[in-house]
Amino acid sequence: MGTREVISTGNELSAIAAVDAGCMFFGGYPLTPSSEVMHVISDLLPAKGGTAIQMEDEIAGICCVIGAAMAGERALTATSGPGMSLKAENLGLAQMAEVPLVCVNVMRGGPSTGLPTRVSQGDIKQASNPSHGDYRSITLCAGNLAECYTETVRAFNLADRFMQPVIVLLDETIGHMHGKAMLPTVEEVEAGIVPRKTFDGPAEEYFPYECGPTDPAVLNPMFEGYRYHYTGLHHDKNGFPTEEIETCRKLIQRLEDKVMAHQDEIESNEEFMCDDLTGEDGEVLIIAYGSVSLAAKEAIRHLRADGIKAGLFRPITIWPSPATRIKEMTDKIKNVLVVELNIRQYTEEVERAASRLDIEGLYKVNGRAISPYEIVNKVKEVF
Amino acid sequence: MAFNYDSYLRLEKMPTLWCWGCGDGVILKAFIRAVDKMGISKDDMCVVSGIGCSGRFSSYVDFNTIHTTHGRTVAYATGVKLANPTKHVVCVAGDGDALAIGGNHTIHGCRRNIDITMIVIQNFIYGLTNSQTSPTTPKGMWTVTQKAGNIDPTFDGCELAIASGASFVGRENVTQPRKLEKLFIQALEHRGFAYVEALSNCHINLGRKNKMASAMQNLDWIDDITVTKKKYDAMTPEEQLNLLPTGILKQDKEADEYCDMYAEIIKVHQGDRKKITQDDFEKKI
Repeated sequence: MGTREVISTGNELSAIAAVDAGCMFFGGYPLTPSSEVMHVISDLLPAKGGTAIQMEDEIAGICCVIGAAMAGERALTATSGPGMSLKAENLGLAQMAEVPLVCVNVMRGGPSTGLPTRVSQGDIKQASNPSHGDYRSITLCAGNLAECYTETVRAFNLADRFMQPVIVLLDETIGHMHGKAMLPTVEEVEAGIVPRKTFDGPAEEYFPYECGPTDPAVLNPMFEGYRYHYTGLHHDKNGFPTEEIETCRKLIQRLEDKVMAHQDEIESNEEFMCDDLTGEDGEVLIIAYGSVSLAAKEAIRHLRADGIKAGLFRPITIWPSPATRIKEMTDKIKNVLVVELNIRQYTEEVERAASRLDIEGLYKVNGRAISPYEIVNKVKEVF
Repeated sequence: MAFNYDSYLRLEKMPTLWCWGCGDGVILKAFIRAVDKMGISKDDMCVVSGIGCSGRFSSYVDFNTIHTTHGRTVAYATGVKLANPTKHVVCVAGDGDALAIGGNHTIHGCRRNIDITMIVIQNFIYGLTNSQTSPTTPKGMWTVTQKAGNIDPTFDGCELAIASGASFVGRENVTQPRKLEKLFIQALEHRGFAYVEALSNCHINLGRKNKMASAMQNLDWIDDITVTKKKYDAMTPEEQLNLLPTGILKQDKEADEYCDMYAEIIKVHQGDRKKITQDDFEKKI
């Protein structure tokens, strides 16, 4: 596997990754702390013959991205919490109409305007269902600089595989972190691009939404002779509005099942220093994601130096959650601490997956990062 | 021989959900005739509609079609158009779509002067959702949300489009289907943002409680409040007071179109021209 060393920021790496992954369209609106994604991509895309446009608001940002994606382009938008809230309705349309796109959310303190320049992981729950209605969101969370690149690339491939929006969560710390990252080569990324499936038979035999119960829609690019209809309404195999009972049920069930039946293609976790955790008394499992996992890794080194066997479980695919793996690990290890920059947002998912209500948590919601020492002290205090 | 609409319609979607006597069908037919006269391939046309009665327009016509969220037609269309600058992209929106919830997108579509034709079906009321006040509802009329009479000032979408920078602005009355067809052709042929207001009737949800319970009464009222721009311009302000001018209200063929301008941005980034500066524009502010 070829690698290259770059020095960059998380936001910049996310923009570069999109372009390397074949993105040809960006639409967005300035929103701290995500704006650098737009700053960078507005140079990169036109150089490649693509388009980057600053729209009149967050809603227009996601709408033009959906329009470009409907037309057949790989398309990106980037924002932060307030923008996610504004984009929610149209992310729902993209889920319903099965339009692939990538939405980067660089998390800042919330709710509302919150702490615009400070770090948070307060959008974890929102990312699981940004809009109303039933569907399965795919949400990836970068835990280091390199992943701002690799997870953005993966997001584009997952979006085209499952025909739906994929959210990439960065946080202010990782988005603005400046440092060295080892990345796959552009050639490697290009070789890994799996474009969306298309239909190439006769137009009269094309039914974009006629597919197996766990398959995504097959949506051909616009203007190529396959005229069909996109709608946010419940729709039939041609994409036309319908209220037929069985068609409606099957459609929404498929939006759930197309993701959940193929979770093995989506799930991605890191298990750090977990190999020697055998379930003996006194072992500690820390669960953390995003920039917090960097502090958690440092804390684990300190804990081990102090004779406490600790390891980190880090979900990279946040939604759907790696519930089965969480269950296996939390069945084995008694002392579990979830560390996150919000109040219990992922802890509740860990409790659900583990079927345990004795999961400990370390939470911080003042816009500041969690230090390794806070984690070390918490572990020593509660276990 | 009568014009045959069949090849442009999704016949299996007929009948439409529009009420008997609704003007929306007249507008749809005028649009199809315009496209046919221009010889535009069905594959080269994308029709984007919003929410409301007008929102169903896109599902009845056999083009590439998108039924978007409420008010967002221009934003979706901007993405389609920028990704495919050589194709025809048409928005069909209602007055609530274009001027209430989607007003911001209408303004900025006009300002960018992107080559999109925006047809606003203006029937002065929220029809599909049963008689709520629209930004275009005349003052004093009954609406279900203002049963004591509408006090909200009335919005002129064409004036908004002109002020916002649309390079083509026109209005026509649904009782004039031939003129409507001609206006659609002029709008589609124009390169730049074309805002076309098609005044239509809603005798069911506007007329019923405002002494225009039949389609004909509602259409007569629209006839009474419209006058050609030529006649309108010759009138005194007092005579103009409660009239809406029809025809082409503005056309600027020289205005920079957004896709053309973005092509210049691409040239800059690909090293084919110098950076764009203030000197490139006669009007800078």
